[in-house]
Amino acid sequence: MLTYIIRRLFYAIPILLGVNLLTFTLFFVVNSPDDMAVSQLGAKYVTPEAIQSWKKKNGYDRPLFYNPDAAGSGAVTETIFFAKSLRLFAFDFGRSESGRDITTDISTRMWPSLAVAVPSFVVGIWVNICVALLVVMFHATRLDRWIVFVFVAMMSISYLFYIIGGQYLVAKTWRLVPISGFHAHGQFWKFLILPVLVGVVAGIGSGARWYRTLFLEEANQDYVRTARAKGASEIRILFRHILPNALIPILTGIVVLIPSLFMGGLLIESFFGIPGLGSYMLDAIKSQDFAIVRSMVFIGSILYIIGLILTDISYTWADPRLRLD
Amino acid sequence: MKADQMIPSTKIQRHFTWLLLVAVVVFLAACDERPWNDPQLPSPDGLATYQSMIISTPPKHLDPAISYASDESLFTMQIYEPPLTYHFLKRPYELIPGALVSLPEVSYLDSSGKAVNEDDESVAFTRYTLHLRDDLHYQPHPAFALDASGRPEYLFDTAAAGKRYHQIPDFPHTGDRPVHANDYVYAIKRLADPVIGSPMLGFMSQYIVGMKAFSEQVASLPRDQWLDLDNYAMEGLEVVDERTLTITIIGRYPQFLFWLAMPFFSPVGPEVDRFYHNPGFVDRNLTLDWWPVGSGPFLMASNDPNSEIILERNPNYRDDFFPSEGEPGDLEAGFLADAGKPIPFVDRAVFRIEKESLSQWTKFLQGYYDRSGEVHSQPAGLFDRAFQIGANGVELAPELKEHNITMSPDVQPAVYYYGFNMRDPVVGGYTEKKRKLRRALQIAFQTEDYLNIFYMGNGIVAENPIPPGIPGHLEGEAGMNPYVYDWVDGVAQRKSIEYARQLLAEAGYPNGRDEITGEPLKIFLDVQSQAINNTLMTWIVRVFSQIGVQVEFRPADFNRTREKMLTGNTQIFSFGWSADYPDPENFLFLLYGPEGPLECACDGANNGNYANEEYDSLFRQMRILPQGPERDSLVARMVELFRHDAVWLFAYYPTEIFLNNSWVHNNKRHGISRATLKYVRVEPDERAKMQNRWNQPITRPLYAAALILVALALPGVIAYRRRQKATARHAQE
Repeated sequence: MLTYIIRRLFYAIPILLGVNLLTFTLFFVVNSPDDMAVSQLGAKYVTPEAIQSWKKKNGYDRPLFYNPDAAGSGAVTETIFFAKSLRLFAFDFGRSESGRDITTDISTRMWPSLAVAVPSFVVGIWVNICVALLVVMFHATRLDRWIVFVFVAMMSISYLFYIIGGQYLVAKTWRLVPISGFHAHGQFWKFLILPVLVGVVAGIGSGARWYRTLFLEEANQDYVRTARAKGASEIRILFRHILPNALIPILTGIVVLIPSLFMGGLLIESFFGIPGLGSYMLDAIKSQDFAIVRSMVFIGSILYIIGLILTDISYTWADPRLRLD
Repeated sequence: MKADQMIPSTKIQRHFTWLLLVAVVVFLAACDERPWNDPQLPSPDGLATYQSMIISTPPKHLDPAISYASDESLFTMQIYEPPLTYHFLKRPYELIPGALVSLPEVSYLDSSGKAVNEDDESVAFTRYTLHLRDDLHYQPHPAFALDASGRPEYLFDTAAAGKRYHQIPDFPHTGDRPVHANDYVYAIKRLADPVIGSPMLGFMSQYIVGMKAFSEQVASLPRDQWLDLDNYAMEGLEVVDERTLTITIIGRYPQFLFWLAMPFFSPVGPEVDRFYHNPGFVDRNLTLDWWPVGSGPFLMASNDPNSEIILERNPNYRDDFFPSEGEPGDLEAGFLADAGKPIPFVDRAVFRIEKESLSQWTKFLQGYYDRSGEVHSQPAGLFDRAFQIGANGVELAPELKEHNITMSPDVQPAVYYYGFNMRDPVVGGYTEKKRKLRRALQIAFQTEDYLNIFYMGNGIVAENPIPPGIPGHLEGEAGMNPYVYDWVDGVAQRKSIEYARQLLAEAGYPNGRDEITGEPLKIFLDVQSQAINNTLMTWIVRVFSQIGVQVEFRPADFNRTREKMLTGNTQIFSFGWSADYPDPENFLFLLYGPEGPLECACDGANNGNYANEEYDSLFRQMRILPQGPERDSLVARMVELFRHDAVWLFAYYPTEIFLNNSWVHNNKRHGISRATLKYVRVEPDERAKMQNRWNQPITRPLYAAALILVALALPGVIAYRRRQKATARHAQE
């Protein structure tokens, strides 16, 4: 397994390079270093000297990909792409365009992200699996058809609707929890109730329907009929027999997401005023802060790759017949 | 039932017991006196706290040499005290001494440095002498802390030595000292330091004697550690004594006084600069950009740019009192009720970052924010919820009336406009035909309707580049643009569409078609994507179709729109300008020829590339004249030229209505200065009472939800039990 993991980690290097190149290209297709300078310096009294000075100070006074004035390997190394990309591989994210240390900001902001994402994720999976198993129990009945209809309806509704509807009803009309905000100390949990509730409810439609499909495939297997014939209760059949056997596709869908929980959610964090990494990314895009965008995409890519490796590892746990070579 | 069948249900029961226990604990923990939906942390006992919000994004820079945006000055202007400030109540805006004893003494010098009269033609320099108050004192801060031997306590040789400090409150010891004249000199030297990157460097180098040379000198020095700028002299700056300094500028520039009211000219102690250059500090965001140090009424107590910024009263702030005079009507409006009382009134101010309008609005209505906002450009959605158009114009919505919320209308010292590119072959140029074409378009564009439909009347039609509250703005018939309006029965009435058609025909486009080619006249509007929508585009198309003119929109993001303006690749463009200081020069320079991007090959402010020799000559005269009738007549002539040449398609002065909860007082808005927090007074007890009254939770939905869950689960449980108990035969039946 160790060889497999090492091999996968080596595969990650070209992927990260590619992602970095793509991010860099996409960003600079719509923004020149001059645009970034103007955005950071403000709209007034921005002289060409000030733009030049900003570019020099922030390392944007070089060509993007190829430096014809530099000799030898300098033609490649003395470029913005090389200078900005190489340090990422050493996990040196540097400073944002407004001067703040990105590593410090990320390490501060990941906790609020996790505070929302982890309960949403755990509770969401638990609720989805329970609901799906219960629906499977009533398969091919009128109740099953109605519930599937409700699932499809819930899937079709925009995530924004759940957020705004939740805020309007629970926080504004019923005044049960704060409508938004976050404090790291004190009663911080009361700021999490609504975003977690919204995250769980919004995910029931698609999540439970997906698990229902997986469980139904297993429910028709011979071993289920055998268990039932032996007199096992429906609950035991569902939780002890069907669920473990349906774990492989479930793990495929969820393990890959676990590392990405650090990254937070763009919409949830933005609407609920959670100062996490999701809103960090969104603010960086709005303010054309390439340093933050680049770092966040890089971290996101690494976490996704880790998620994929963890998924593969989890298969061996779920199905002992599998071996990673 | 078999034993192994018992296991899952027992586990489930146990899980539910735990969940119930946790829920009870959480519920009991929540049972304090405050409403359940209170998003604020309780304020320390006995402190009057002002609760507010910052909309959208946190400030990027709080270093007085760098900070320029209005959302940043909301903080810098409370913490720093520049030499001058603005009178809180008087209008037109009036400069008054801030950190100074009196307004600066102004003297004039010839090229040899000899004193000459103000109106002498040989004036080559202007010298400002600033006398500081003797009670100015910095806030407590670790940068001023001294050890037993009198040396700065927090100077470290290595990053490791200071690694336990992550925020300013982490430092156990603080110190303070009086503000010296040299601190102002040091701050101006920082503006000139290219490493700091002040936006003022390029602009101020044109004026302050020796600034450019100083900048070049320090740029050439090695910068591996803190550079004490006190070791290098700037020719135009002199410290006369501990409380007196002089600033010498090139030529005459009366507007320089206004710049002295901005945070750029606030004092910075050299030891503060040195403190923030400790090794490793910048990696923990311990910088002057995030932890400002000043002598103003408040100090930065907490700066979490991710969620909130907290200011607290500076215990060392000088004696300061609420003004005893205002403009007519202030007494009746209650703005002088606190006259002569010591300020600031509040002990703490909490600014939370809010990004979504529903949250902002809801928290304001729930009483968790004292006012609806601090700076201009609030989301339009907020306005829609707050107001309705009634018999007397804009009125508060009934919900707000019940809460005794008051309104603070404010005309921004700004102008938003759609300008013509005067070098465009179709709409540009200075022939009478071209003027008529532009005037026809001006008349056709119903600015009044535009403001009513898209801004709920929140704006004033601008017939002059200079907004209200600033000398040069005229009201009534004198303020009317006679090329677009007629004065009828005491009001300005827009000229008719028939007249616009006639002008268009005289311009060579009868019925909107080129009289030579027969092609329809099509105009192109370059607008920022976020500032236009389908409804607005449809409306504009319809407006111009009245005179037979077709419109094509070219939306783009800010950068691309700016690029088009810089290269002159635009026909009609949108732009806005907000005043730096209340002087007509700050608006009339938007039309000054050398400021045209195509003329100066720079990011000039005259985006329409308007070039009129007479205008430029008048502008050069006006900008160096002091306030007075002579200057007023020059301004009036320049405005007349602007109208005659029809340089802008339309313009308006944005207005905004801020809302205040009933427990907040002294809410008069100041269009130029943000240094107004010290005047705000709150009644915390009244606020707490209202918050409790307005935020009683409605718990019925919780019971209803529980009932629904039971109602949903019960048939399932019954069906399950029936199924479990059914025999094979029964099941088949």
